[in-house]
Amino acid sequence: MGTTASQLDKDLLSEYQELTFLTKQEILLAHKRFSELLSKDERNFENTRVSMERILTLPELKSNPFRERICHVFSTSDQKNGSLTFEDFLDLLSAFSDSATLEIKSHYAFRIFDFDDDGTLDCGDLEKLVNCLTGETDDTRLTTDEMRQLINNILEESDIDKDGTVNLSEFQHVISRSPDFVSSFKIVL
Amino acid sequence: METDPVFFTDRSGRITSNPLLDQLPSYQSLLYRRKSSASSNKRRNSSRGRLGSSSSGKWGMSTFTRPLEKQKSQVTEQQPIRELAKPMAEKRRDKTQRLEEAQELSNWRQWRRSSRRYLRRLKDDTQEWLSSMKLWRGDIHLIEGMFGTGILSYFSFLRFLVVLNLIIFLIKFIFVMFPIIVAPYASGNITYNLNDAGVCSVYPSSARRGLVIFHEHITDLLSGGGFLEQTYLFYGFYKVDKIHFTNVTYNLALAYLLSTIAYLSLSLIWIVKRSARGFKRNLVQDEDRFQSFCNKIFAGWDFCITNENAARLKRSSLLYELRTDLEEERIKQKIADRTRKDKCRIYLIRLILNLFVIGVLAGCFYSIYIATVFSQEAQMTKVNFIVDLIYEYLPSIVITVANFITPLLFSVIINYEDYSPAFEIRFTLMRCVFMRLTSIAVLLFSLWSQITNCEKECVCGYNHLLYSCWETRVGQEMYKLTIFDFITIVAVTIFVEFPRKLLVKHCDCGLAKWWGQQEFAIPQNVLEIVYGQTICWIGTFFCPMLPAICTIKYFFIFYIKKVSLIKNCRPATRPFRASSSNFFFLGVLLIGLALACLPVTVSVAQINCSHACGPFVNFNTSWEVLPTTVSQLPSGAQNLLFALSSEAFAVSFFVVTCLAMFYVIALAGAHKRVINQLREQLAMEGRDKRFLIQKLCQAQRLSPVRSPVSKSQPRRGSRSSPSYHTSFSSNFNEGVFLAHSPPDSSTHV
Repeated sequence: MGTTASQLDKDLLSEYQELTFLTKQEILLAHKRFSELLSKDERNFENTRVSMERILTLPELKSNPFRERICHVFSTSDQKNGSLTFEDFLDLLSAFSDSATLEIKSHYAFRIFDFDDDGTLDCGDLEKLVNCLTGETDDTRLTTDEMRQLINNILEESDIDKDGTVNLSEFQHVISRSPDFVSSFKIVL
Repeated sequence: METDPVFFTDRSGRITSNPLLDQLPSYQSLLYRRKSSASSNKRRNSSRGRLGSSSSGKWGMSTFTRPLEKQKSQVTEQQPIRELAKPMAEKRRDKTQRLEEAQELSNWRQWRRSSRRYLRRLKDDTQEWLSSMKLWRGDIHLIEGMFGTGILSYFSFLRFLVVLNLIIFLIKFIFVMFPIIVAPYASGNITYNLNDAGVCSVYPSSARRGLVIFHEHITDLLSGGGFLEQTYLFYGFYKVDKIHFTNVTYNLALAYLLSTIAYLSLSLIWIVKRSARGFKRNLVQDEDRFQSFCNKIFAGWDFCITNENAARLKRSSLLYELRTDLEEERIKQKIADRTRKDKCRIYLIRLILNLFVIGVLAGCFYSIYIATVFSQEAQMTKVNFIVDLIYEYLPSIVITVANFITPLLFSVIINYEDYSPAFEIRFTLMRCVFMRLTSIAVLLFSLWSQITNCEKECVCGYNHLLYSCWETRVGQEMYKLTIFDFITIVAVTIFVEFPRKLLVKHCDCGLAKWWGQQEFAIPQNVLEIVYGQTICWIGTFFCPMLPAICTIKYFFIFYIKKVSLIKNCRPATRPFRASSSNFFFLGVLLIGLALACLPVTVSVAQINCSHACGPFVNFNTSWEVLPTTVSQLPSGAQNLLFALSSEAFAVSFFVVTCLAMFYVIALAGAHKRVINQLREQLAMEGRDKRFLIQKLCQAQRLSPVRSPVSKSQPRRGSRSSPSYHTSFSSNFNEGVFLAHSPPDSSTHV
């Protein structure tokens, strides 16, 4: 199973259609864009892994503050270096597509926002999240007081069992009531 | 060593576990989900091994196996594979597993499963085909990438209006214009309205005679008079009463009225359906904050942005928004701390400023009234080309100028009224909406007063000397408003925005820096197009081709705005969220629709229709055609219709609706109370559990349990050595985490 030189065969295409939320056109476009990232001789191999640096040259990911987290979350490599195969890339696009369910999106959003990979969003994760959103340089960060006030507000809204962290169920609960999430959590090639 | 997804390793890399805590039901169910999903062999072995080590583990397992397994297999049968949050390889394995299981099922189940899969694929293909037919997909994708979802919502709103206007035009065309056009070819016999004897039915022709100078054609085109007056464009042309085809008689008057009602109801239903998606989520929130912080942080970043510049701007706008909101909280605190004297002073200032605003609005409305009256009178006498045109367009010019000045005035005034920032924005917007839409109402009111203003008694119910066909005149006014609106938008873009950009780019003076680059102000742009759409809705009754003109107008506006956005504008400092913008756009559009229904209803039911032109010549008011048709129906249908419109039916329907509403409100209140109780209970349970586990760990430390892995326990002094079971905020030495379900596993319960 894998990709032949420049085309996907039909069974593989319909299998991908069944296993992801992407349409046929989107899968073919993804295949084209992914092949452009590979060098000429890599294209002949099946299941080549593309390193994170090359994936991040895609314009859809280049300006995204969460680009490294996205690669880490969807990567199935053993070395945890964020490299993606074509199937990982399809999983990525499927989770970010228009027709993905809210549950899938919130699940992956949780994993992307969980910077230390411990299964919950605690104060450190939330602080890194806000800093990603506002910018990395010193003059674009919030002050410590503002950050504390903001994190308190977030925990007040989302932490139901009052343990100081947001776990997956609480996150999914708060996302289900957030009207902007579905339209903003979208990447289309 | 491999990282176990269930147990999290502590810093030293040792897996810590507590045999007693391993028996917790929540942990056991998690382990089950992990085990029964198609995980790799390695993991399966290690987890089995772990279970084997705890002595009472097996027992604890077995009581939970069967119900959970059954539940799990039931769940996975219903849920399509692509909705599981797993990597592709695991999904593939799941699929083969399901196919194997499917072989064991009965034929009926197999058939049901395969047919369900086939239907799902068909639905996907249809949706894919429909979405590929959408207008302007590429352009909107580009705008989304450059500016984010807030501005995108404006353009998709514009696209919605183009399609809506097209459908309205098709309704009018099919039911009103098409029969007239096709009648000669389909051997239809058209009966025209008979001339009523009397002075009311005199309709002097307004076609120009003799040699027509070229600029008079332009005047006609821009004002809808002259050669345009007696065309399909206006109401007056449709003098047809009935069309007799071979088998059926087509009652055009009835069709005209019913198509009006049809397009208004269609617009209402479509807008409500479109807004229902957004409303549901907004209404379910039980917080009084309109914008919650969680929504801003977790859904704050538009993942569709592809432009580096746009990303930078988005970041700075998010920072600005967060800072403003945090400040707003502090301001709320300040407001709560106000003294009595401060409050009196502020209320007094607000009262004075509101009176001032009302005065300004009254002044604007009065000037619109005067302009309309003057314009109507001046149209009787012709001076010269340019002055005539200005007199024709005087109401439009006054409305546009008023709508330009008042928002600036409002945004200055609001600074002195000392509201919180979010409320300031909303209140200013409300005032602008009110101003825009009421100016149309004032124009129509002044027209109506002119039409029904006779020197003595109105013989025909309207002033037949000046307005032999008053509907056409109203239609002409609406036509002029539409044309002028379009010209204004084009002129402002070309003559104001482009020079502004050139000035800011090339000139370095203080004025340029203070003025700055144009911001794409979404609210003002939306009000512009809602204003145009309201005029279209009102005008379609009097000018059936107006929707087609509006469709073309919005089509061009899309491209103009797109070019202007990309070349001239920068995104607004304060971001406009997609969800609240949909709410706002559709809300304002509904207000416009409600406002549009009013003049149409008054024209149809109240004012006498003109006797010289139009399909309703033989009736007193346009509405009368309905009762006349109903009285010609068979008596069974008549009785039914009378019963439906009787008071008894209306009152009982109203009472039933009220009861249903009260029931639903009571249910919602009860649910809210239950939710609050459950929340408190959950927090309390969490605290109980933490307390008990803490005590348990203390007790275990005092008398250590003999088990192979417990040797590492006494060394568990580090603060952040995690194990699965509980989390403490950082007060206890055993810092452990409560993860209800670690992210690698399937989350579906």
